[in-house]
Amino acid sequence: MMRRIVSTVPRTVDDLAAALRGVGYLPGQRTALVSHLAISLDKPVLVEGPAGVGKTELAKALAKVLDRDLVRLQCYEGLDEAKALYEWNYRKQLLRIQARSTVADAGGDPDALEAVQDDVFGEEFLLQRPLMRAIASERPVVLLIDEIDKTDQEFEAMLLELLSDFQITIPELGRVEATSQPVVLLTSNNSRELTEALKRRCLYLWLDYPELEHELAIVRQHVPELSATFTRKLVEVVAEIRGLDLKKPPSIAESVDWARALLLLGADDLDQDVFRDTLSVIVKHRTDLDLVAERVGLRLPQASASAD
Amino acid sequence: MPGGFAGQLVVFSEELRGEGMAVGTSELLDATVALGAIGWGSRDDVRETLAATLAKSPEDRHVFDLVFDRFFFRAAEAEAVLRNATDADVAAALADEQAGEGDAEQGGEGVDEGADATGESGELDLDAIRDAIAQAIASGAHAQMADLAALAIGSVGGAVTDTGVVGVDVQRIRRALDLRPDPDPQAPEDDPRRKGLPREGIREFEAALRRELERRRIARLGELPPARPLNQMDRALPSAAGQSLADIHRVVRQLKRRLNTQGHELRGQRRRTQVDLRATMRASLQTGGVPVVIKERAVRPRRPELFVLCDVSTSVTSASLFFLSVLHALHDAFRKMRSFVFVERISEVTELFEREREFEKVSLAIGRDAGVADVTGYTDYGRVWREFLEQTEDDLHGRSTVIVLGDARTNGRDPADAAFARIAERAGRTFWLNPEPALYWDYGDSVISRYAPFCEVHECWTADQLEDFVAALTGQAPPPDGPLRRR
Repeated sequence: MMRRIVSTVPRTVDDLAAALRGVGYLPGQRTALVSHLAISLDKPVLVEGPAGVGKTELAKALAKVLDRDLVRLQCYEGLDEAKALYEWNYRKQLLRIQARSTVADAGGDPDALEAVQDDVFGEEFLLQRPLMRAIASERPVVLLIDEIDKTDQEFEAMLLELLSDFQITIPELGRVEATSQPVVLLTSNNSRELTEALKRRCLYLWLDYPELEHELAIVRQHVPELSATFTRKLVEVVAEIRGLDLKKPPSIAESVDWARALLLLGADDLDQDVFRDTLSVIVKHRTDLDLVAERVGLRLPQASASAD
Repeated sequence: MPGGFAGQLVVFSEELRGEGMAVGTSELLDATVALGAIGWGSRDDVRETLAATLAKSPEDRHVFDLVFDRFFFRAAEAEAVLRNATDADVAAALADEQAGEGDAEQGGEGVDEGADATGESGELDLDAIRDAIAQAIASGAHAQMADLAALAIGSVGGAVTDTGVVGVDVQRIRRALDLRPDPDPQAPEDDPRRKGLPREGIREFEAALRRELERRRIARLGELPPARPLNQMDRALPSAAGQSLADIHRVVRQLKRRLNTQGHELRGQRRRTQVDLRATMRASLQTGGVPVVIKERAVRPRRPELFVLCDVSTSVTSASLFFLSVLHALHDAFRKMRSFVFVERISEVTELFEREREFEKVSLAIGRDAGVADVTGYTDYGRVWREFLEQTEDDLHGRSTVIVLGDARTNGRDPADAAFARIAERAGRTFWLNPEPALYWDYGDSVISRYAPFCEVHECWTADQLEDFVAALTGQAPPPDGPLRRR
């Protein structure tokens, strides 16, 4: 089993890019290169960029290419060790203690009480949370730590040990070392400056909105039923909208959604009416809607004009 | 260079540190190991690998790219100077003397239009080159930039270049090529200049020009000039939507703190300097006419009355966000303040700022109902001055300070500098904050020099420059005819 996995690991950057394309993710040159480095150097990658440019998708695609499980840790404010690393299973511990003491009361072994103490802090009572699961897994995994910028600095500090040495220290048990080397991706929407210490341990990948042709390829891949010229027009409009000063520029995911919506509606050209009706798929703020409708919408052909 | 490749890498990282990037030893080790994991065939791969291990933020990445180009450009040139003779001489000869032929060759590699340009008897057709370059900038054809830069230098070269200062040459060539970021309604329908060229594209082309000019200069002189640190303009990130709002807020918070503390400091200093003679005399009566107690003149804290005019037209879109936040911060710090926004006409937004404490809401409201754009959406400074005078003439006096935030691009309309002079005359002090780098002033339709005699013009598009301005505004160096003398 293990041997097979190793043999499928792409050896060069181009192989990896091809493999990623094979599972439906179209990587840019930079993305492929950094992913390759991450796999071959066993370094975690910090992926930053605006929302919806495929940071999380990259992790999923890598897991598919490498044929590994994806372990995902979604970060949020207030996330702590108990939720991310490990937790003791109190109820089970309590049950065990009770069971033991009943045995002792019934005239059992008097040494049992001491034994209980060692016993209830065994691995049996450890609840593994994502980070722990990732490094304790028999098979290597892809670990995705999503939106690391949402957590607080303490949590980041806790990650340092994991990221540089792939080990975790549990006071009651000692050091737990990784049985397998995970590929680690951390994503951030840049809502907070991450600490230098964390950055130093990672490779850095900045994912931005893709070039027009690249995005066209991505949308075509997801919605191949839409005609090529129509898709191109759609992507061009999205690129134009991103150029405006919006609260939330449309992401790639939203262009794909838009393409799907247009397909569903059976639209065959992008005129003012269609644009106005479906605008809410890509623009999600009231003020943005107004701005886009005014700046972009009015320049599209009239509905009647599209007939000829 | 000492130490072979590792040595070079260390020197490179030293340069990065010199530009303010924090490059740790562990990151250097990573870079070395990472380079071992990729092929060396492609320059891009090497660059990306180094960037992934050394540059850990978009800002760092930008600086990294600049330093990378500079470093390897210099390394290559140093090698060329070392080997000297043949190839350098040939290149220089080709470039300088036979501009026509040499460039036709280079143009042919990447650009069809460029090749057409040499149609008649080897003469370069300037217009064709102009079109080709505008086309390349508009479509973002990075690969052609270097070739086109060489072509441009060859064609416009003799007439305008060779001042010895590369930066000046670049600007002269740019002007000769007529590359402007603002729209040109006279251009033909399919011409990219009709909508205006993207600023980033122009900047990229300028970088290519600069490289080419430097290369030629090195070839001519046969030695490398001393390394030049990156300047502010190089460092500034090309403005992307939504990336800088947090930065702006950080600066504005600093600004607010400074505005608050600096006022107090100032009062302390001033009080010592002024003696109230009459009060001192009166106090001396108690001590038999001997002035034992020296009375100082009580100086009221000088809170200037501010009138702020803020351009919110499209030519300053990225800057106006910055300006609106500045405006917002000023409103917190100064009680007596009136704000106006303008495009074609002017609209007072003072109440809006007083009502809304949240910046987002304010900027939204301004976008929604200020009603400053009429038909064209282009700034009309002349009309703005007249309307401003109409609304505020009676309130303007020597203690008031007028601040204009705008790029002074009139779109070819009458700048009405007489009206502006009148405003400046009535107000005590007048400042102009221009969001464009000083290099672009007075190019195209910018008429900043027409207004400059009547006000203090500050270049203001970074946090540092804003701080300089705040120092001037809060009066560390009072102007010659400032309000002090009036009291």
